[in-house]
Amino acid sequence: MGIELSLIWAVIIAFSVMMYVVMDGFDLGIGMLYPFFRERGDRDVMMNTVAPIWDGNETWLVLGGAGLFCAFPVAYAVVLSALYLPLMFMLIGLVFRGVAFEFRFKASEHWRHVWDKAFIGGSLVATFAQGVVLGAFINGLPVEGDQFAGGSLDWLAPFPIFCGFGLVAAYALLGCTWLIMRTEGPLQERMHDLARPLALVLLAVIGVVSLWTPLAHGAIAERWFSLPNLFWLMPVPLLVLLTFQQLLRSVARYDNAKPFVLTLVLIFLGYAGLGISLWPNIVPPDVTFWDAAAPPQSQGFALVGALLIIPFILGYTAWSYYVFRGKVTHDQGYH
Amino acid sequence: MEALDLARIQFAFTISFHILYPAITIGLASYLAVLEALWLKTEKEVYRDLYHFWLKIFAVNFGMGVVSGLVMAYQFGTNWSRFSTFAGSVTGPLLTYEVLTAFFLEAGFLGVMLFGWNRVGPRLHFFATVMVAIGTLISTFWILASNSWMHTPQGYEIIDGRVIPVDWLAVIFNPSFPYRLTHMAVAAFLATAFFVGASAAWHLLRGNDNPGVRKMLSMAMWMALLVAPIQAVIGDAHGLNTLQHQPAKIAAIEGHWSNDEPGPTPLILFGWPDMEREETRFAVEIPVLGSLILNHSLTEPIPALKDFAPEDRPNSTVVFWTFRIMVALGLLMIFTGLWSLWLRWRGRLFQSRAFLRLVLAMGPSGLIAILAGWFTTEIGRQPWIVYGLMRTRDAVSAHSVTQLSVTLVTFVVVYFFVFGIGLVYVLRLVRKGPVPHEGRETNDGGAGRPRTPARPLSAPEERVDEG
Repeated sequence: MGIELSLIWAVIIAFSVMMYVVMDGFDLGIGMLYPFFRERGDRDVMMNTVAPIWDGNETWLVLGGAGLFCAFPVAYAVVLSALYLPLMFMLIGLVFRGVAFEFRFKASEHWRHVWDKAFIGGSLVATFAQGVVLGAFINGLPVEGDQFAGGSLDWLAPFPIFCGFGLVAAYALLGCTWLIMRTEGPLQERMHDLARPLALVLLAVIGVVSLWTPLAHGAIAERWFSLPNLFWLMPVPLLVLLTFQQLLRSVARYDNAKPFVLTLVLIFLGYAGLGISLWPNIVPPDVTFWDAAAPPQSQGFALVGALLIIPFILGYTAWSYYVFRGKVTHDQGYH
Repeated sequence: MEALDLARIQFAFTISFHILYPAITIGLASYLAVLEALWLKTEKEVYRDLYHFWLKIFAVNFGMGVVSGLVMAYQFGTNWSRFSTFAGSVTGPLLTYEVLTAFFLEAGFLGVMLFGWNRVGPRLHFFATVMVAIGTLISTFWILASNSWMHTPQGYEIIDGRVIPVDWLAVIFNPSFPYRLTHMAVAAFLATAFFVGASAAWHLLRGNDNPGVRKMLSMAMWMALLVAPIQAVIGDAHGLNTLQHQPAKIAAIEGHWSNDEPGPTPLILFGWPDMEREETRFAVEIPVLGSLILNHSLTEPIPALKDFAPEDRPNSTVVFWTFRIMVALGLLMIFTGLWSLWLRWRGRLFQSRAFLRLVLAMGPSGLIAILAGWFTTEIGRQPWIVYGLMRTRDAVSAHSVTQLSVTLVTFVVVYFFVFGIGLVYVLRLVRKGPVPHEGRETNDGGAGRPRTPARPLSAPEERVDEG
């Protein structure tokens, strides 16, 4: 029974993190695109495309955190204490951005630029910190006696920093293609123009990560390149390349919704690729999610609530996206 | 300063900031439910006006609580990783239930409550308000279950150095839980009542007199009159419960060091408990009263700090004073309630400037009392993080002083900036005051309406700054 519960919880947490990356990804991305659009009207439209929904997106981050605490306390303890500084900067960035979001709409002309800067800064810091967290996590966290045994600045290494920049590019592309879908006219055209270079940067990032991780970690190389795994897993990189090719074509053809969908596919493939590299570790390189599991009494107790309420959250999320679908124009305010 | 101290200060800082918002949210949610019930029953416009006025303030508060709560979901792992490993299987699920309750609330009923006035029938809207009010209390339930378990743990086993829950009912309904839950919920109601009362007093003092303002003051003062004494009774019961389960905390609160001389314990009104000298200096005391209050006895002494090894004593200097601040504010609240009754009887409730000045000054009293009370109970639990099971110094993550200093300073700067502006915004809304007939023009929007999103902070339309 213990193993199945752990597996269910691992899926719930992986799903929450995935939902978070996809959904908060594009609204953080908008913060990163802000510097390219100086005009007030454009900025209003950009923010209005996510204003009705962004706060629900962060729900998944809290759920992921709480779920990890309850189902895998050891992993929660190790990962959060190991990545203390980047996580703190992520939280502070998110606090800043969240408040900037709200007060920008309520600020007078005189103060609005302050909230714009807070929005850009908060989004950038939060995203970069998330990338660093991801990179350091992939690099592995040494564990002794259920506690993190590495140094407090281990994350300050080339690979995590690279992942920080990589995630900025990924979220920027998500934000950009989201805006292609949700805007029109000159603003949409400029987004189309931005999408191509951003996609190429992301392709380079994924390429570098795909080479760097197996070269640095024998276990990851083993997972991908040993037989028969190689044949089973080959579709993943091939699909990535195919999606990229489609994405570039679709951007060049000035498609509307397709670039965003393809970017989502890309993010999902990247996420799946990382999952394949790390499975079944919840703290790489060698703590599996079974090792880190809470007793079945705890996992079972909390699972009842999670299974009752998560469908409800999903339904509500889908409904609010449905309600706020369609193009956002310059004369429409969401506040 | 040690890393342990910094980790504790950081946690205390972030959670102290956070708790202020939920406290007002809990109180306002129930206040709004009462206002709407009165509106439905009497159809007097003043209740509808007040409902819409306080709804905006509720919305801002809720939003701020969510933002500051995000940080709390991570603090246990980042700052207290050894605690999380040791006790995560108990506190983790309780916290998860709190998160799920809050999301369920936000997803289901908050949108209807904030933006649905014209979109659903009055009864359904009232139902949504009541559900939000109940939801805030359920959230309180889970958080206080988790916290109370750390004070009076039961229903567990320890296997391989980790806590394993055996009986969830025993875990949740642990001995201190009923007292702590009622004490906190009532504290939230009182804090809100005094905040509402002070808002009314401010308007009356400036000559802005209308039926809405008067109704606010009147309702707040009924709360003070009836509920502040009840809180004193609950507090007394909570104290007796603490005496039974955490005698060292009581000894520290009372600044009582030794039972070498037989006989009843005096009550020290004021003094300076000195941890080094093991005595309370400059003590002003009333004989026998300590025994009378805590043991309801004229002879039996209360526990003394020297009965406990020095490393097992909580810091008496701090809890002695935080406790007295809380009690003094509680007594002032009772006094305010009694004075209001006297003035009401004499028909001068809305005119007496001295009284209105007191009510205005008492505006933050409930929140300060809540903080003082939490400082008392949490510092009084030291040196334990889980009472009798794990010491705080064994629970902390291995961060350096530099790391903790950098993050602490950042938190302080960001919180004062962000939540300072939040506070300014709330006060700006209060300053506008309830305007007669404002309930007629309601904020129609939210999910399903093209122009307004269902975010809490988009409910008020007022500007945050001048201009």
